[in-house]
Amino acid sequence: MAYTEEELKKELETKEYEYGFYTDIESDTFPKGLNEEVVIAISKKKEEPEWMTLWRLKAFKIWKEMVEPEWPNVKYEKPDFQDISYYSAPNVKPKYDSLDEVDPELLDTFNRLGISLEEQKKLAGVAVDIVMDSVSVATTFKETLAEKGIIFCSISDAIKNHPELVKKYIGTVVPQTDNFYAALNSAVFSDGSFCYIPKGVRCPMELSTYFRINQAGTGQFERTLVVADEDSYVSYLEGCTAPSRDENQLHAAVVELIALDGAEIKYSTVQNWFPGTKEGKGGVFNFVTKRGICEKNAKISWTQVETGSAVTWKYPSCILKGDNSIGEFYSVAVTNNHQQADTGTKMIHLGKNTKSTIISKGISAGHSQNSYRGLVQVGSRAENARNFSQCDSLLMGNDCGAHAFPYIEAKNKSAMIEHEATTSKIGEDQIFYCNQRGIDTEKAIALIVNGFSKEVLNKLPMEFAAEAQKLLEISLEGSVG
Amino acid sequence: MLKITNLHANIEGKEILNGINLTVNAGEVHAIMGPNGSGKSTLASVIAGKEEFEVTQGEITMDNESLEELSPEERAHKGVFLSFQYPVEIPGVSVTNFVKTAINESRKAQGLEEMSAKEMLQLLREKSELLGIDRKFLSRSLNEGFSGGEKKRNEIFQMAMLEPKLAILDETDSGLDIDALRVVANGVNTLKSKDNAVILITHYQRLLEYIVPDFVHVLYNGKIVKSGTKELALELEEKGYDWLKPETVI
Repeated sequence: MAYTEEELKKELETKEYEYGFYTDIESDTFPKGLNEEVVIAISKKKEEPEWMTLWRLKAFKIWKEMVEPEWPNVKYEKPDFQDISYYSAPNVKPKYDSLDEVDPELLDTFNRLGISLEEQKKLAGVAVDIVMDSVSVATTFKETLAEKGIIFCSISDAIKNHPELVKKYIGTVVPQTDNFYAALNSAVFSDGSFCYIPKGVRCPMELSTYFRINQAGTGQFERTLVVADEDSYVSYLEGCTAPSRDENQLHAAVVELIALDGAEIKYSTVQNWFPGTKEGKGGVFNFVTKRGICEKNAKISWTQVETGSAVTWKYPSCILKGDNSIGEFYSVAVTNNHQQADTGTKMIHLGKNTKSTIISKGISAGHSQNSYRGLVQVGSRAENARNFSQCDSLLMGNDCGAHAFPYIEAKNKSAMIEHEATTSKIGEDQIFYCNQRGIDTEKAIALIVNGFSKEVLNKLPMEFAAEAQKLLEISLEGSVG
Repeated sequence: MLKITNLHANIEGKEILNGINLTVNAGEVHAIMGPNGSGKSTLASVIAGKEEFEVTQGEITMDNESLEELSPEERAHKGVFLSFQYPVEIPGVSVTNFVKTAINESRKAQGLEEMSAKEMLQLLREKSELLGIDRKFLSRSLNEGFSGGEKKRNEIFQMAMLEPKLAILDETDSGLDIDALRVVANGVNTLKSKDNAVILITHYQRLLEYIVPDFVHVLYNGKIVKSGTKELALELEEKGYDWLKPETVI
């Protein structure tokens, strides 16, 4: 069928959420509600040392005094924090040495997601630490990593086995007081990943974690801590899919990256949580705090492809503390139907000769609202700081919105800050042109969207790029005609 | 090959085509000339299946099959190619990637497998040489930042890659300098065969010095008011269009 405005609208209605199924694995779930006892119980359940319990309790005290932020450009019904269960773990406790020992139903789930462990194993150089409902249930490639002295494990294991590292770094980039959701996460985080790359080591494989929210009504509070010691390098991948569900699911993760002198961290995310139905019912609330700190000559790159969640509130940021450090942010955010996203980054230039690059691509369709919010801050001692920001929006149809909220604060005269922004719309002419060359409308939209997002997709590791490209297509395709 | 019978078409209720009759056989080159607003580009769009236009009467058939129910991409799969007067930009999509997608979509529609990378590369090399196209050009984003001449050359390049049965060139000569015009015309002449046909839509006789038409038609107020051979184009160049106004013709 050829294209008209009316048809484009029809066409952008979401396909049924592809990964909407539910795995029935018996769970060990806490009753709903949150108080000091629950915080202590989580800590106990994780067999944590006392300092960790106290750290959580401090965070809980802080959180109780805080209010949910109102400034994002999103509207949603505030979650009832007493109506959430704060801990849920798959019943299968022991960790496995091989895939044969893993619950077949779980493996089946991953197979249906098209991310089977078998496949993952075959993908050269990818170690997988799967987080399903908060507890890691399978870890592979650990030995290879161990040979290099790399630690890659669940945060719970790290607290038990490497307390000195966790204690030294947790909360140093995102303190408990940082914001409402970070404080909540600090109090109740159930699991997540920990990664430490020793001095001078180049991590030989992409480290990757698949997150999944699986229990009805369980919020997920992941905590990730990546420490790259001096002159080390690591590329970390995070990807998510979730079962389709009617009620809202809260997700408030915290990710902290620490790049010591001369270290480099690449952190890539493909996020595909349930965005709600096309009528705007249900979907995941994704309120995430991600931040990294760069010491001297260090570099942190955030790359994200965000296609899911009903409401997204997320600003992966870099504190460029050390001289000559570099921060990068590459983002594609897609919103369709009634999704809302308020996402962007903060680049805080503190050291001399620090550089940052921001490339943000927002794609809005349906009745969705897509906002870019970015802060470029140059401190008074940050001589010769440089920033380049590019912020492009692509609109599909007439009922969606794209917004940009760029903030620039420069306290040093030598700073050079560039900001470019464009807004375009997929036009009937573009579609007709493709149609005339034999390309149908659905394929044409995929082609145009992938072209628009190319600069960011190119930054993703190979094995992730294809998946991301597919996700973009799935998110925007609809039944044609 | 192409048969248009008593074609009437309008846009937003305004009638633009007013009873067109035209038959194009394989191996022929037809030129359609006429003043601004006579309906030339509309005719091209209607043949290609642009849905803004409503066909109210008459029909278009290709190889004796009506195009009426076919979408633009289905018409493309049947071998209809339109070289656009104003080709659109698609940022981030390379010429190669675009052409590759177009070829494979057509093959898919015909039940064929995707073209192998090796074959594709060979074809790209062959056709870009034919049209004197620099290989670097092929990795640029489609039409983004292209000069007028580059855009038109890119259209002809795509035509060469897709090898359509019926190519409609809508004002391909406009905005071309004489060198570019020569290159484009050369390309069209090389691609011309006894199995395909070309419709040239143009204002000026200049293009027809390079691509010699078998027939020339004059479109006026949505109707073909005169048809002839290439000499008609020369006559038009000399006398303009006024003498062909319907009342004068009668």
